[in-house]
Amino acid sequence: MTTAIGQYQYDQVDRDFLAARIEEFSEQVARRLDGALTEDEFKPLRLMNGLYLQLHAYMLRVAVPYGTLNAAQVRAFADVARRYDRGYGHFTTRQNIQFNWIRLEDTPDILRLLADVDMHALQTSGNCIRNVTSDEFAGAAADELVDPRVHAEILRQWSTLHPEFTFLPRKFKIAISGSPNDRVAARFHDIGVIARPGDDGRVVFQIFVGGGLGRTPIVGQELYDSVPEERLLATLEAIIRVYNAHGRRDNIYKARIKILVQALGVAAYRNEVEAELAQMDIARYRLSPEMVASIEARFAAPDLQAPEGAAAVLAEQRAQNMVFDRWVRSNTHAHRSEGHIIAVVSLKPPGEIPGDVTADQLDRLAGLSERFAYGELRTTHLQNVVFGHVRQDQLYDLWRGLVDVGLGAPNVGLIGDIVACPGLDYCALANARSIPIAQKLGARFADMTLQEQIGALQINISGCINACGHHHAGHIGLLGVDKRGEEFFQMTLGGRADDQATVGKILGPALPEDDTVDAIARIVDRYLQERSGQESFLETLKRVGEAPFKEAAYDTV
Amino acid sequence: MTLFNLGAREAGHYAEPVTLADLVEQGEARSVVLESGDEVAALKPYLNRLELVVLRFPIFRDGRGFTQARELREYLHFGGEIRVEGHVLPDQADFLKRCGVDSVVLPEGSDVRPWERQLKRYSVSFQRSVLPEKVLDVGTRVAR
Repeated sequence: MTTAIGQYQYDQVDRDFLAARIEEFSEQVARRLDGALTEDEFKPLRLMNGLYLQLHAYMLRVAVPYGTLNAAQVRAFADVARRYDRGYGHFTTRQNIQFNWIRLEDTPDILRLLADVDMHALQTSGNCIRNVTSDEFAGAAADELVDPRVHAEILRQWSTLHPEFTFLPRKFKIAISGSPNDRVAARFHDIGVIARPGDDGRVVFQIFVGGGLGRTPIVGQELYDSVPEERLLATLEAIIRVYNAHGRRDNIYKARIKILVQALGVAAYRNEVEAELAQMDIARYRLSPEMVASIEARFAAPDLQAPEGAAAVLAEQRAQNMVFDRWVRSNTHAHRSEGHIIAVVSLKPPGEIPGDVTADQLDRLAGLSERFAYGELRTTHLQNVVFGHVRQDQLYDLWRGLVDVGLGAPNVGLIGDIVACPGLDYCALANARSIPIAQKLGARFADMTLQEQIGALQINISGCINACGHHHAGHIGLLGVDKRGEEFFQMTLGGRADDQATVGKILGPALPEDDTVDAIARIVDRYLQERSGQESFLETLKRVGEAPFKEAAYDTV
Repeated sequence: MTLFNLGAREAGHYAEPVTLADLVEQGEARSVVLESGDEVAALKPYLNRLELVVLRFPIFRDGRGFTQARELREYLHFGGEIRVEGHVLPDQADFLKRCGVDSVVLPEGSDVRPWERQLKRYSVSFQRSVLPEKVLDVGTRVAR
């Protein structure tokens, strides 16, 4: 295997550790089968290995640390999809991938197959520190101040089998970004971390705590403005120690850290954290420059050499092909290096299931990454895939390759770029199916010219109040509810997950599936009438308020 | 009941541990049992005399005992025995040990082999613990 770009390179110690962890899980499965473990005891243990029991089968959620993959890993996913699933996988809102049709007895073999490419399913579920997410444009975006992946990897390692924090009151999610343009929804995480350069040349961290969606959506609050790098782990340990000791354990719906932060107030929570820090043996938690450097040394950087005139080639190709040009407008982002560009692959072709990829598409994505993007791929929390470093003169060929496998939808950030949880088609918790309404909305707005005309508009769909589809954070959010056996959808407007994070407001009574699709179409029409100039949907909503949209939504003639 | 030692320290024999409330009232006891909601800091005035602190796990999913053990060792520098009783799993053996627990009370006739296996399973960990583990030269790794 070649050295991976943009991700931590495993050594034999890491591989031995992973093998031992799989051995541990195999023994746990055996102890469950021989009755030494009860189902209640086995459940949290299998969850910490990413294995859920869903409606029809087991689901295995594989970790994609900070959303970075290499081509061999993507091919391994294709292999798992073909051999152990029904030929496809599903990218999640936490940058992971799920396989929905897994047999319990196959899981140790699948885990070994994944371990061969340094992948695992550790801590993708359970009441522990979950897989750490990061910016899908890390190390590439023109607007980035610090590449967050080195610290994301440090957090991944530090949180792996943490002796004190593996049986927390509830799950615990950390996201880290190094850009002032928050692409990780830092304020909707248990802990959100924004890195930036400090005065002494080392990195400092702004830390938000107590954000989250779910039943009680809350925007996280700033706990610290600038934690020095040396104190990062000490500070996180102190925050989580307070939570482990005092978070509620009597009611799982009130057990997240956000509830504790709300109950105490952020100032009092900070006092508690300070009281821990004052007693801690700080030297033992010190994250030294040498430790950081030793992790950084395991990351290979791409040799970004674009030929003279790469930008001119791209401009020429855009001028000649309107379809390509539209795709470039919606699906690319500025790169920090001249002659390069970031390409986002939409996994939301009209009428398809958001985030789903077939084994053949995975193989093709792996091949394209090798040809055009240094063998590196990223997953996004909006369920898309990113090629981080593409030469501008090669973007057209990459696009052609994507179109060939049905992944050329020019709708990133537009109304067709829908985020949806698996819903009642798969999930044991859901009240409603998220996928059919996502497909209907995708089909309703399939016209790409119309999508571009509508502009930035994020729809998020959750099949129940656990909010895995992040509906509270959608510009338009849909929550599936069950009304006497019929699926209804409650609409929220105005949510957003960026640096102006806001929880969407409920618009009015829930509607049946088809009526919801019609209502959204009327809301969009109303926006197009109301908007002034180049205003986005959120800007218009802010200016005119929700009344016109409410009127449009419930205007059934 | 079986006493299983997680580390080098042999579990000792002590008088029946008293509750935290009784300790506060009498102050003389040498062993105390903490419930998972009890504050470790409350033991401060009695540390000189205490030889054993028993942490009770109501259910293995209640992880407060890990923090209690760590606070006893790291904050209060408690040098006596920390013992865990209640509902714990062999899968937690290494976590308990690394948080400073010395021994575990198991039901009579328990199979201790899963406990022994778990303690030998890993040759590295990825964060410091209260144990004197050797710091390695990659990231936050320590040798076991």
